[in-house]
Amino acid sequence: MIETERAGRAFKVRGSVVHAVRDLSFRIEPGEFVGCLGPNGAGKSTTIKMLCGILTPTSGRVRVAGLDPSRARTALARRIGVVFGQRTTLWWDLPLRDSFELVRLLYKVDRKLFAARLDELTEALDLGGFARTPVRQLSLGQRMRGDLAAALLHDPEVLVLDEPTIGLDVVSKAGIRSFLLRVNAERGTTVLLTTHDLGDVERLCRRVLLIDHGRLAFDGSVGDLMATAPGPATIEEVVTRLYTRGRAAPPPVEPV
Amino acid sequence: MVRTYALLAWTWTRAAMAYRASFALMVVLGVCVTATDVAVILVIFSHTTALAGFTRDEVLFLYGAAGLPFALCDLLVSNVDRVSQHIRAGTLDTMLVRPVGTWIQLAADRFAPTRAGRVLQAAAVLGYALAVLDLDAGRLWMVPVMLATGTVIFAAIWTLGGAAQFLLTDAPEVINSFTYGGGQLTQYPLSVYGRDLVRGVTYVLPLAFVNWQPALYVLDRDDPFGTPGFVRFLGPVAAAVLALLAGLAWRQGIRHYRSTGS
Ligand SMILES: Nc1ncnc2c1ncn2[C@@H]1O[C@H](COP(=O)(O)OP(=O)(O)OP(=O)(O)O)[C@@H](O)[C@H]1O
Ligand SMILES: [Mg+2]
Repeated sequence: MIETERAGRAFKVRGSVVHAVRDLSFRIEPGEFVGCLGPNGAGKSTTIKMLCGILTPTSGRVRVAGLDPSRARTALARRIGVVFGQRTTLWWDLPLRDSFELVRLLYKVDRKLFAARLDELTEALDLGGFARTPVRQLSLGQRMRGDLAAALLHDPEVLVLDEPTIGLDVVSKAGIRSFLLRVNAERGTTVLLTTHDLGDVERLCRRVLLIDHGRLAFDGSVGDLMATAPGPATIEEVVTRLYTRGRAAPPPVEPV
Repeated sequence: MVRTYALLAWTWTRAAMAYRASFALMVVLGVCVTATDVAVILVIFSHTTALAGFTRDEVLFLYGAAGLPFALCDLLVSNVDRVSQHIRAGTLDTMLVRPVGTWIQLAADRFAPTRAGRVLQAAAVLGYALAVLDLDAGRLWMVPVMLATGTVIFAAIWTLGGAAQFLLTDAPEVINSFTYGGGQLTQYPLSVYGRDLVRGVTYVLPLAFVNWQPALYVLDRDDPFGTPGFVRFLGPVAAAVLALLAGLAWRQGIRHYRSTGS
């Protein structure tokens, strides 16, 4: 469903080249639920942006649902749902309901299907109370639920989420987690999310990708991840160990 | 494409109509501001009977012929020059993950129906000039061709401006000088300007084909700068070439888009 082959993305920044992602190869099968971990600046968001076609890879190859995201961006958009926890994909000045209606029109979702789907999502995400509120007036947790609903209205095969639980309280987090599990179980939607919250990984992900300095540092089940520690350890300790392993090396920068 | 545009534009129109009073005020203000252009022309002709060899009504014809396509583009596509704002706000990322073209989404974003006042004003001036000028009916076919050419040229210039912002995120002011400057420049007969400037807007940025060259044909005039007769008909070619370039530049811009770090 998602496939990268030695994918890389470099940025020229004031005379030098930053390799945000390099030589990244992994495969995600349909129906998987995968979490992507990595320290700040590791290249997680860059990877997500390459997967949804926002950024064109500067090396290697990326495929999502059989399409090359940067070449077939609009075709892919119908088959993928994207949520950025840090910013909304909704229309800032429009009431949530109008945003959904626009999504329906832009994605050409059949009216009946849309109504049924919206009812389902409204119930599952408890959106009823603020459907008429302009997006800019929503709280972070409400907005995130709105964003999730908007990303799923067209019933995508793949859902990618960049830090969907950022800034949420424990109850909201739990709500979003169980919702994501439900989407994955009931619809078979493939889910890939990035997070700094290890609770997300423990509760949600069967598989973990760990990106560090733009490279894949670990790919395996949560059990395998725990087994990388020499003795018994908490997940925090395991991840801290993996994150700090290569700390001596500064971020990869090389002159042009 | 048209459907998508209409949908987005209608959404923004509804949002703008929510503040009815300010909406009406904006329309009136828009008409007043552009009406001063016409006032300037009328003042000039209260002191003289010809401007660079053109009568008042001919100058109004030139004004309307450039003003109408300019106002149409200002209404319909000028928002594509907000690329750098959208990059900084991160909204461009959002547009890129939707199943419709980015250009259309940008053009329709914050669609401002109040700019329609300017379209009406320019159309009225052109209509007046067409009515009072004693034009050769056999040459009138050029008028719709000219308007279409002008619309494509202005739209292409705006698109080029937007595309440039993918590379130079801080360039909007420079871009404005091309689009709005072009709108100002074409208001008068090009013969009031120097030869080098006119060469530039004929062969480099083909603003001369918005109204000047086709209008010379409609008015049955020779070019004071002495370009041969066939140049009058090159407008559609120039517009097509410019549109192609703008399209390519836009695609390159999207391909080289770097998003933001957070
Ligand atoms: N548009 C850009 N221009 C220049 N450099 C960029 C750009 N986007 C990302 N980078 C760089 O690429 C690297 C990876 O950034 P990225 O946003 O992918 O990290 P991340 O893993 O998502 O980090 P975080 O956990 O902090 O969100 C960083 O060094 C960042 O500075
Ligand atoms: Mg990130």
